[in-house]
Amino acid sequence: MRLLTHNMLSSNIKGVTNGFPLRIEVEKVVEKQVEINHDFLRNIFPKIDWKAFFDASRVMGYAELPEEAPEPLVLESDLEFLRKFHHALLELHLEEGALVCPETGRKFPVNKGIPNMLLHEDEV
Amino acid sequence: MWYLCVFYHRLLDYRKPEVESLADLFGAFEDKQSPDFATRNRVLEWRLPKHHHPDSPFHFVNLPSEDVARNIANRSILVKGIYELWGEGSSFEELKEAVTSYPDERKLPYLESESTFKITVDSFGKVMSLHEQKERIWGLSYIPFKGRVNLKNPDHNFWLMETDDNATNNGLPPVVQRRIFFGREVGGADRKLIPTYQLKSRTYLGPTAMDAEMAFLMANQAQAAPGKLVYDPFVGTGSILVSAAHFGAMTMGADIDIRVVRDGRGPDCNVWSNFKQYGLPMPIALLRADNNLPPWRHGLKEVFDAIICDPPYGVRAGGRKSGGRKLLKGVVGPYTVPDDKRADHIPSTAPYSLLECVHDLLDLAARMLVMGGRLVFFYPVLREDDSVEDHFPEHPCFKLVATSEQILSSRYGRVLLSMVKTSSYTEELALAARIKHLEFKENHTKWLENGNLHSSVFSPADVESGDLKVSKESKPKYRGKYV
Repeated sequence: MRLLTHNMLSSNIKGVTNGFPLRIEVEKVVEKQVEINHDFLRNIFPKIDWKAFFDASRVMGYAELPEEAPEPLVLESDLEFLRKFHHALLELHLEEGALVCPETGRKFPVNKGIPNMLLHEDEV
Repeated sequence: MWYLCVFYHRLLDYRKPEVESLADLFGAFEDKQSPDFATRNRVLEWRLPKHHHPDSPFHFVNLPSEDVARNIANRSILVKGIYELWGEGSSFEELKEAVTSYPDERKLPYLESESTFKITVDSFGKVMSLHEQKERIWGLSYIPFKGRVNLKNPDHNFWLMETDDNATNNGLPPVVQRRIFFGREVGGADRKLIPTYQLKSRTYLGPTAMDAEMAFLMANQAQAAPGKLVYDPFVGTGSILVSAAHFGAMTMGADIDIRVVRDGRGPDCNVWSNFKQYGLPMPIALLRADNNLPPWRHGLKEVFDAIICDPPYGVRAGGRKSGGRKLLKGVVGPYTVPDDKRADHIPSTAPYSLLECVHDLLDLAARMLVMGGRLVFFYPVLREDDSVEDHFPEHPCFKLVATSEQILSSRYGRVLLSMVKTSSYTEELALAARIKHLEFKENHTKWLENGNLHSSVFSPADVESGDLKVSKESKPKYRGKYV
């Protein structure tokens, strides 16, 4: 599971007010290379919740992202930032671990890189 | 400028929508822009050759430039070729007159002595012997070709195409009079994609994996391209995402069945291996999620450039959603799974009717697609007397831009719907959509028993008297969309 995915997911258990962001429990992190596409990065940047993304990257063991989200204009020219953004967004994988609901503590397992977001019968 | 567009004679309903969609992708409508997505009228001008039936593979289309024409043709799956027409006629004399009077400044640049060329002779509705083909090539000697012939890789490829007034015409009503075309090829589909990606050699298949040709058509309707993010909420084995990835898009998929998406049939036989097989970039995310209760964070919207999918119609694969059948019907009260069993618990799922599934899909797409983004999906239809159900699900955020039917059996078919998002998602629109959905359910889907097609498709044929048989046999064998 990549941080892009993590940035989109929340715990939608019945009764939970705000299930985002899910806390990451790491068991195994893998780095996988992905070809960089600057247009894609520029398009997706405004959709990212930066605080959640920054915190998650720390948990995954990557410390090079700036804490404050840069101005969108930065992405037009700062290739170094784009590379770091790309790396944290798409090249860090949580292979095994769990995503934890911030309100109930319920764990959504991540196995073989795939998060299981299905709710149990009593959470629906 | 008007070009001759010759299609492969199959999937008739899919031909023009594909060209229209690619024309939009390659900027054919740039100068007709209006800021409002809803009022943009992005439709090409088409004309039929004299004496031809609309199902004919030959059409004239008006495109803004040769570059656009080439891009459309080369990316398409159903365009055999787009040609700059140098002449046409009902006889070879008429053709000669037309070609000789075609302006020299359009012809001479392609007849130069330093270039290489080839002439292909083709016919529709009949077969020509090699001798007949050669005769026709020699008949073109009035054109001042100065270059050298190169049959393998010519700079310029000229085509001489004939449709004849034979009684049979590949299943179409006969062409009234012979028509001959001569043109310079601008581009054509790369049909080699189909054997390369054919399901027969796919590593990981499922019973409803999308056929390669159709998957590419879907990706073209969705305008998958580099830099775009494409999502399939019913990803299964990833067959649709493979074609989107081939065209350079980033892909993402979800499925409610964890075994299909996470495990596959083993470490070398799963969704990832399908992408590895073709050297395509892997999907950036695969997750197990229920479309009925999606896991997206509140406030997340306008993230996907396209959503392409084949929802379960309940015929060969039924949809599922969270909840448990008995629970949802109130037969059992809500139960809690004991803690020690939670980790490996597979939550029960309940049947998910086609309509509810489509409504959820429209709601998801309305929220998660960017403005101008495309939703492309199949919707099953019952065929009665060769006429097709033309009431399709709607949503106030979308404009329907294409419907293409594929006949699957004498009883049912599926229609590929392409919709463009034209308004932002709001709570009011979501509510209006829900009302529309309930209305649609009431009025247009009596034929769906239990919300699914299964019984309509698989119930034994009505036992009627010989009348039925007689009427079916006496109907003309026009193949039309069976092709």
